[in-house]
Amino acid sequence: MSAPLTSLDRPNSYIGRSVPRPNAKRLLAGRGRYVSDLRLPRMLHAAFLRSPHAHAKIISIDVAQARALEGVHLVAIGADLAKICTPWTGTLDHFKGMTSAPQLPLPLDRVVWAGQAVVAVVAESRAIAEDALELIEIDYEDLPVVADIDSAREAGGPLINPGSGNNVCFRSQLDNGSVDDAFAHAAHVVEEEFCFGRHTAVTLEPRAIVAEYDPAAGALTVHHATQTPYQFQDLYSRHYGIPEARVRVIATDIGGSFGMKLHVYHEDMAVVGLSILLGRPVKYVADRMESFVSDIHARDHRVRARMALDAEGEILAMDVLDLTAIGAFSTYPRTSVVEGNQVIRLMGAPYRFKNYRATLEVIFQNKVQTSQYRAVGHPIACAVTERLVDMAAVKLGLDPLAIRAQNLIADDAYPQTSPTGYRFEALSHQACLKRLHEIMDYDALRAEQAELRKSGVYHGIGIAAFVEITNPSPAFYGVGGARISSQDGAILSLTPSGEVRCLISVTEQGQGTEAIISQIVADQLGLAQEHVKVITGDTEVTPHGGATWACRGAGIGGETALQAARALRRNILEIAALILQEQPSALDIIDGEVVDAGTRNQRMPISEIARIAYFRSDTLPPGTQAQLTVSHHFAPQGYPFAFTNGIQGCSLEVDVETGFIKMLKHFIVEDCGRVINPMLVDEQLRGGIVQGLGAALFEECRYSETGQLVNGSLADYLVPMPMEMPDIVIAHVETPTADTELGAKGCGEAGTAAASACVLNAVNDALTPFNATINSIPITPAKVLKALKRF
Amino acid sequence: MKARAFSYFRAATIDQALDARARAGDDARFIAGGQSLVPALSLRLQAPRLLIDITHISELRGVRREGGYLRIGALTRHCEMLSEPLIAEFAPLLHAAAPFVAHPAIRNRGTFGGSVAHADPASEFPAMTLALGAEIEIIGPSGGRRVKADDFFVDLFETALQPGELITAVFVPLFKADQRFAFDELARRRGDYALVGCGMLATSTGERIDDIRISFFSVGNTPTRVKGTEATLIGSSLGAERIAAAQAALEGDLAPPDSDEVPPAMRLHLARVLLGRMLGRLGERA
Repeated sequence: MSAPLTSLDRPNSYIGRSVPRPNAKRLLAGRGRYVSDLRLPRMLHAAFLRSPHAHAKIISIDVAQARALEGVHLVAIGADLAKICTPWTGTLDHFKGMTSAPQLPLPLDRVVWAGQAVVAVVAESRAIAEDALELIEIDYEDLPVVADIDSAREAGGPLINPGSGNNVCFRSQLDNGSVDDAFAHAAHVVEEEFCFGRHTAVTLEPRAIVAEYDPAAGALTVHHATQTPYQFQDLYSRHYGIPEARVRVIATDIGGSFGMKLHVYHEDMAVVGLSILLGRPVKYVADRMESFVSDIHARDHRVRARMALDAEGEILAMDVLDLTAIGAFSTYPRTSVVEGNQVIRLMGAPYRFKNYRATLEVIFQNKVQTSQYRAVGHPIACAVTERLVDMAAVKLGLDPLAIRAQNLIADDAYPQTSPTGYRFEALSHQACLKRLHEIMDYDALRAEQAELRKSGVYHGIGIAAFVEITNPSPAFYGVGGARISSQDGAILSLTPSGEVRCLISVTEQGQGTEAIISQIVADQLGLAQEHVKVITGDTEVTPHGGATWACRGAGIGGETALQAARALRRNILEIAALILQEQPSALDIIDGEVVDAGTRNQRMPISEIARIAYFRSDTLPPGTQAQLTVSHHFAPQGYPFAFTNGIQGCSLEVDVETGFIKMLKHFIVEDCGRVINPMLVDEQLRGGIVQGLGAALFEECRYSETGQLVNGSLADYLVPMPMEMPDIVIAHVETPTADTELGAKGCGEAGTAAASACVLNAVNDALTPFNATINSIPITPAKVLKALKRF
Repeated sequence: MKARAFSYFRAATIDQALDARARAGDDARFIAGGQSLVPALSLRLQAPRLLIDITHISELRGVRREGGYLRIGALTRHCEMLSEPLIAEFAPLLHAAAPFVAHPAIRNRGTFGGSVAHADPASEFPAMTLALGAEIEIIGPSGGRRVKADDFFVDLFETALQPGELITAVFVPLFKADQRFAFDELARRRGDYALVGCGMLATSTGERIDDIRISFFSVGNTPTRVKGTEATLIGSSLGAERIAAAQAALEGDLAPPDSDEVPPAMRLHLARVLLGRMLGRLGERA
C-alpha cells in the first residue's frame, strides 16, 4: 500500500478490504435468476435457420411446411422484420472514412457468413421450433467467398459488398517524430511479422433474451443478458419506433460477458420484432453451437513491426503495419475497428521513445463479425512490442529485465504523452518492474533454467510490461456519435428502518460490481455493508449510465456511488443536526449511529432519523423538508482515460519432442490505483490472465477455405481449463488517479493484456538453444514442432 | 439443440431389450450412459424413434472372475474402472487408462460396453481391449457369441455388432505375474481426446520380451494394434536400439488421417515419441 492516507482512511472503512460478494452465496446455491430461467405466461420460443454458406445469394425460401406444423406460431423471413425494424450501420463519425453495409435482423437476399440467421421460427417450444427448421427449404446460389486477409486485399478479387471498390472497412495512419531518420541511424533494428488467431468469449451463460411486447400499452420489456441495458433501451426504441420511456430493458443475473454481450446481434433484434409481430413474449437462448458461429469473435490480426535501438539498447522508434480481418460488416453500435485502433495506439506505450509510425487496415471477410472482447487490442500491441523488446535484448546481449528497466518511462517523469498521443497522468512501470523481479525470484529462475538445459529440460521465462486503458470519457464513443454513455448515475435512499438502497447504472456480470458499490456506499455513509442494498440492471428503475464496458465499473461507477453517498450523508446529518441542536459539521456517522465528530460519542441511530423524517415530520422545525433520497451523476473529467500499468512474468516448460507447453508459474504486478476490494481485484487479474493464456496456447476459431468454422464446439475449440493453468502470484502498486476522490482505475483488462505476450516471450526463450522462433498465437504443439523441424 | 421427439422404453431383461429392438426395427437405439448418444440426439445427428434403456438390466452389470478371464459387465461405468478392486488387480491397464477418459461427470455415467460398442477411434477403452487381447460377448436375435477384440473393430464407428445386437460383457484375460503394462497419451488438456494415445501389455522372461501387444488410439479410423512394431520387440530386451527400431517400424503400422490441426507426419512423430517413452518406462520396470 504505497498510497498516502486520505479522508478515505476512516475507521471501519470498507475500501481496501476483501469482503465477500453479497451475491456470491445466492449464485453458488443455484438461486441465480438468469434470462434462460425466465418463464413468462404465454411465452413462445424462437429458433433460427442458419446459412450453411459463407457467401451466397438467397434465390428462394419455402416455409409452407414449417408454417403448417402444429405448435408453430410464426415463421418470419427478412422482409417480414424489415417492415418494422429500421436498418443499422456500424460506423462511428470519428473513424474518418470507415464504411459498413446496413444491417437488418434477417437478410433480404444475400448471406455473408456461414451461420448467419436467415429464417426465424416461433413455436410453443424450442424443440418444435427446431422441428420446423428442418421443414424449411432455402435455395442458395454460391457467391465467391473471401475467407482470409490476403484474398480480401487482392486487387480484382471478389468483393463482399457489391458496389464498393474493395474490401476495406477502415484505414488509419499515425506518424509522429522522424521514424525514417531514426531507423536510418539506428545501431540495431529488429523486425518480425506476427499472427494473432481469431478467438471468442465463450461465456458460461450464452446469449439469452426474452422480448415481451404489450400492444395494449405500446410497451416493450426486454429481459436481456447484456452488459449495457441502457444502450439497448435506446436501440430498441429507435429501430422499432417505440418511445424510449416505453422500452424497459432488464439485465438481471448474467453468466459472464467479457465484452461479448454489448453488441447488436441479428437474432436479438429479430426476437424483439417477433414479439411485436405476435404480441407475446418470445424467448431465444443461443445454444453453444450457435454461439460459436454468431457471438462476436475478436483479434485476427497480422502485424508487421520493427523497432530501432541505439548501440546501448535505448529504443528509438517503432514502425507498425496492422492488418486486421473483421466480418462482412462492422459491428453495431461500437464498430469493429476499435480493436485495430487500440492496437496501433497502445504499441510501445510503456516505453519512452518518441518516433512512431503505424498503419492500420481493417478488412472485411465472410466470417462472423468481430468486435470488442476483453482487453480490446491490448494483447496484440503488448505481444508485438514485448516480443520486439526481447528480440532486441538478445541482439544486444541484454537481460530482458535490464533492457526494460532501461527503457520503461521513469516513475517521476509524469505527466507524459505517448508517441501515439495518449496522455498518461501517473504510471509506475519502474516500481512494478522492481517488484516483479522480487516476486519471481528472477535470478534463481534463470539459474534453474541454465541448470536444467544441461539435462535436456527446456524452461522459458517471459516478461511483458503493459499499459491499460480505463475510465473512458466521451472520447471513446460519444464523440463518434454513438449514444453510449460514459457517465454513470446513482440514486440513494435512506429507508424508514435506516438502511440504504442504491440504484446505480453500472451492472453486474459476475465481476463483483455490486460488492464494491456496496462497500463504497457503506464506507462513505458509515454503515455496515449488509445494510446497503445495491440494485442494478433495470432501465425502469436505475438511472441512465454507461453500465459495463471497457473498464469503468470501479473508476466511474465507484466515484458516482461515492459522491452520491456523500450527498446523502450531508442530508442525513442536516436533519440530525436539527434534531440534536448541533451544527452538521460537529456530527459524523459511524456504524449506523450519528456520533459527535470529535468524541465519537453516540447521539442517535440513523434509523431514528429515518423514522422521524418519514413518520413524524411534524416534530421537525417548520419549513424542514428532509431529503433522504439523493441522485447523483458523475462523468469523468480531466484526462480522457485513466491509464493503468503493470508487468507480468511467467515460467514454463517446452517439451521439445512433443511440442507441448506446461505453464509453471505466472506473476503479475499491477497498478489500478485505489484498490477497493483486493480479493476481487486479484480474481479479476487471475481470470484475465487465464483468458490471456487461453489465447496464447489454446483458443482459435479455425476456418476452412470456404469460410466454414471447423472447430465450433467445446470439444474442438479449446478453452483454458484448471488442470493446465499455473499458480498466479499477484502483487500491487497503488497510484490513485487524482481525477476522482476515490482514485480507482480499472483492472479488468490487465490480466489479459500481457499474459499472451509473456507466454510468447517465454516459449521463444525456451527455444533459444535451437535457434527456433515462434511468432504467432495460439502456440500449438504443431507450431512448436514445426519451428523445431521435428516433422 | 433439442432432440427430435422419441419414444422411450426401459427394459428389465435382455430379452425385453432385444424384443423391443426387433419390433422397432432399425429406428431404435439402445441407450446406457448416453455420453455419446445424447449429444448426437441433441445435435440431431441421430434421430431414432425409440430409445431402449438397458441400464436396469442386472445381467449386464458386475465384474467377476470367470475361468482365466475377468468378466466386465457392459454396464460397468468408467468410474468403476478406478474403484473396482478386481479391475485394479486383474486388468490394471484399464485401471491405468480410466483417469484419462474424459472428466469425472462423464466417467460417472459412461459405460464400458457403450464405449466399446461406439468404437470411437479416439477413445481409450476400445483401444485397450486390443492391447489386452480381450473378447467381446455379444447377444442378439440369433443368440450369443464372443468376438475377439482383434476382429471387432471394422471401420470408423463400425464394429462386428450386427443390427439388433448388444454387448453383454467384455472378457479380459487375467493379468499375470510375468506381465507388465503401460498406458499414456498426449492430450492438449487433461480429459480431451488425445492427439495420440497408447496402451501396451508385455509378457516377459527376465528382461526378454516374450510377447507384447501395443494398441494406439487417435491414429486412424479404428483403434489400431501395431503388429509390425510388436514384432520388432519380441525376443529381445527393451534397450535403446530395440526401442529405436520399434519407433521406426511404426511408420509401417500407422497411416494417420489428415486433419486440419494435426498433419499425418506430426501424428506419426508424436506416436513415435510416445512409444519410445512408454517402452523406456516398461524397460525400467523389468
